[in-house]
Amino acid sequence: MAALKIKKGATSHSAYDLRSHFSDVIERHTLAVIVENEPGVLARVIGLFSGRGYNIESLTVAEIDHEGHRSRITIVTSGTPQVIVQIKAQLGRIVPVHEVHDLTVEGASVERELALLKVRGQGDHRVEALRLADIFRASVVDSTLESFVFEITGTPEKIDAFADLMRPLGLQEVARTGVAALARGEVAHG
Amino acid sequence: MTRQMTGAKMVVQALIDQGVEVVFGYPGGAVLPIYDEIFQQNHIKHVLVRHEQGAVHAAEGYARSTGKPGVALVTSGPGATNAVTGLTDALMDSIPLVVLTGQVPTFMIGSDAFQEADTVGITRPCTKHNWLVKDTDKLAPTLHEAFHIATSGRPGPVLIDIPKDIQFANGTYADKAKRRSHYSPQVKGDIETIQELARAMETAKRPIFYTGGGVINSGPGASQLLRELVEATGFPITSTLMGLGCYPASGDKWLGMLGMHGTYEANLAMHDCDLMINVGARFDDRITGRVDAFSPKSKKAHIDIDASSINKVIRVDMPILGDVAHVLEDLLKVWKANGRKTDKDGLSKWWKKIEGWRAEDCLGFEQTGPVIRPQHAISRLEALTKDHDRYITTEVGQHQMWAAQYMGFEAPNRWMTSGGLGTMGYGVPASIGVQMAHPDALVINVAGEASWMMNMQEMGTAMQYRLPVKQFILNNERLGMVRQWQELLHGERYSSSWSEALPDFVKLAEAFGAKGIKVDDAADLDEAIAEMIAYDGPVILDCLVEKHENCFPMIPSGKGHNEMLLANAKTQGAITATGAVLV
Ligand SMILES: Cc1cc2nc3c(=O)[nH]c(=O)nc-3n(C[C@H](O)[C@H](O)[C@H](O)COP(=O)(O)OP(=O)(O)OC[C@H]3O[C@@H](n4cnc5c(N)ncnc54)[C@H](O)[C@@H]3O)c2cc1C
Ligand SMILES: Cc1ncc(C[n+]2csc(CCOP(=O)(O)OP(=O)(O)O)c2C)c(N)n1
Repeated sequence: MAALKIKKGATSHSAYDLRSHFSDVIERHTLAVIVENEPGVLARVIGLFSGRGYNIESLTVAEIDHEGHRSRITIVTSGTPQVIVQIKAQLGRIVPVHEVHDLTVEGASVERELALLKVRGQGDHRVEALRLADIFRASVVDSTLESFVFEITGTPEKIDAFADLMRPLGLQEVARTGVAALARGEVAHG
Repeated sequence: MTRQMTGAKMVVQALIDQGVEVVFGYPGGAVLPIYDEIFQQNHIKHVLVRHEQGAVHAAEGYARSTGKPGVALVTSGPGATNAVTGLTDALMDSIPLVVLTGQVPTFMIGSDAFQEADTVGITRPCTKHNWLVKDTDKLAPTLHEAFHIATSGRPGPVLIDIPKDIQFANGTYADKAKRRSHYSPQVKGDIETIQELARAMETAKRPIFYTGGGVINSGPGASQLLRELVEATGFPITSTLMGLGCYPASGDKWLGMLGMHGTYEANLAMHDCDLMINVGARFDDRITGRVDAFSPKSKKAHIDIDASSINKVIRVDMPILGDVAHVLEDLLKVWKANGRKTDKDGLSKWWKKIEGWRAEDCLGFEQTGPVIRPQHAISRLEALTKDHDRYITTEVGQHQMWAAQYMGFEAPNRWMTSGGLGTMGYGVPASIGVQMAHPDALVINVAGEASWMMNMQEMGTAMQYRLPVKQFILNNERLGMVRQWQELLHGERYSSSWSEALPDFVKLAEAFGAKGIKVDDAADLDEAIAEMIAYDGPVILDCLVEKHENCFPMIPSGKGHNEMLLANAKTQGAITATGAVLV
């Protein structure tokens, strides 16, 4: 709860005026949630999203401070501005949640995702796949005479684009980590 | 000081250290070590209920009537699943509970062992927080933390699942003081917004206090401050079902309850106000009706300790995150320091308007003839008990609304009802919990016959512990609230809303060893109530009432506050198709 500071005078309109102004625009937000690393904490976060009907586009979690028992959950979600505010408030009231940061509104941030892609092919296709991988700075982490496994890091959009290009060249399988994100600059969370 | 002891003993020790006096529970294989420890001490009293749902509701009644956390203890598997309704009820109504469940031994978890259930999984969405303790050394800190979390911030139920081997094993007991927690919700409100609100109060022409359960949660001090603020400003005040008693019903600023079955004056004042000050209420759909028609002309302030309650349903202009008592104290200070100003002229016009609505006498009714009207029954109950040291619990349905409308609550913690979940079967066990906490008080459960039967087995508990709870049953031989909706909404097709094959409640009372009284003539009502009050022991009063009475006023689902139904005559086609999908 302390995680979330409600801005005073969030609006100067009343409910009636605002209801129509309540934006229907669906926004995509990346949230960084610092949690106590205890059993069930991920289930609580996921249960919140399913129980209240919120979207999860991507969710990653890993321990970030072994001694301090902290994990960082990065969630990409979407909803109207009102829903996004609710999501943050609801996350904030989960007892083992220490901090909730909306990286999308708190200033510039970097988002990266890692993906592994298996591409099968021969001849020209194989050459083309390698050439494109080079352009995208994907590296080959496994190879047979008929297949490659590429590793690529970047924004989700970059990975989408790379996967789209690989599809006609024999894309077999994709494994993606989901988004990890940090605020740019000196600000640190967690 | 650290001490070695078994997990089972730690449980009892921690309860003692937390000041627990009563535990409501039911034993079973997975909690036997704890029961063995309870047997060997005299600090904590254990109340054996007849069903685990009863244990949790009794703990709720205890908690709501004392302001202290309620404690329940149940076994694994079916014991835990039977507790789920009570947990959900407490979560919805912000009642602080600590529920302890037994679990199969750690080495058998996941093996579909006898009476194994994934209790933390099942109860995760219906607790404020829960734990499975797999290490005896962690048990004591977890127990202390549980009490802290249940009672701080927005209160709620917490659950600790304790495997049997952990209860047997030895470990180190940690004192209460050793609790380490980051959980400390903000209690002081933002002073700038409080100042903004104080300024809005100075110029408001049509202000209203809309108060709720948060005032009760915040403690008696919050009610005291609220009273001071209301008297000092002269603003009208209404409350939700959950907030009844935070301001005295006899106070002249009191407009009665608001919402779906609230008074005409409270709802119209909410609709027409220019400044709404929400103090610990959560804009429930029973209050707002159609959200886009909800109080269209007002600036809104909202004092709430839970950020997720703010701007969830209704956009507010002045959100104040904090504890009611803390915020009201600051608000009073600021407003007084600024010269205690209000718009006297505006206020007196506002009160004139309100008096006009009051003159409508929306709760007026006439009792003629022998058939007892339920409103009359409650009014007489009120008249004959209001001077007692009295606590009221209810079941869920029409009788609950009539109790809210026709009884007056002068102090907080005197009214125990299931608001958010609307749990039929709440009242009987809740009355038992209340009576445990207040042995000498007059505790009355205002019930409908259908609800009452949902947890009537708890009469056995009342008998065993000599708890003189009075069960005041408004018997309309109908699932009255359901019948009302079917009349208004489903073309009077009364599908399964009859209470058929009812027991003889007098004989039933006698079978339990309690006193049974039946009354079916208005002329005998007072005497029956007097007899009920006078009897030193549990009583079931079977009060046969008019079977087809509807509960009014009523704002039909999907309508605005100013589209309220006042009486039977105007109900045709009251609920539209869009309203019908709402509950
Ligand atoms: C059949 C039926 C009919 C009903 N009809 C009506 C009706 O006509 N009118 C009506 O009012 N209700 C009615 N109810 C009850 C309704 O469903 C809700 O339970 C009730 O309106 C909620 O009350 P509340 O807003 O006071 O919130 P509560 O559920 O009591 O919530 C309290 C709020 O205060 C906050 N809070 C808690 N502690 C603090 C603190 N220390 N400081 C600050 N804030 C705090 C919480 O975060 C929460 O937002 C009905 C229920 C039933 C079963
Ligand atoms: C456990 C549960 N089941 C169903 C309901 C739906 N329900 C709400 S009121 C009601 C009828 C209650 O009848 P009764 O207790 O006789 O009270 P009355 O309305 O007649 O006063 C029902 C079935 C509920 N609230 N709780």
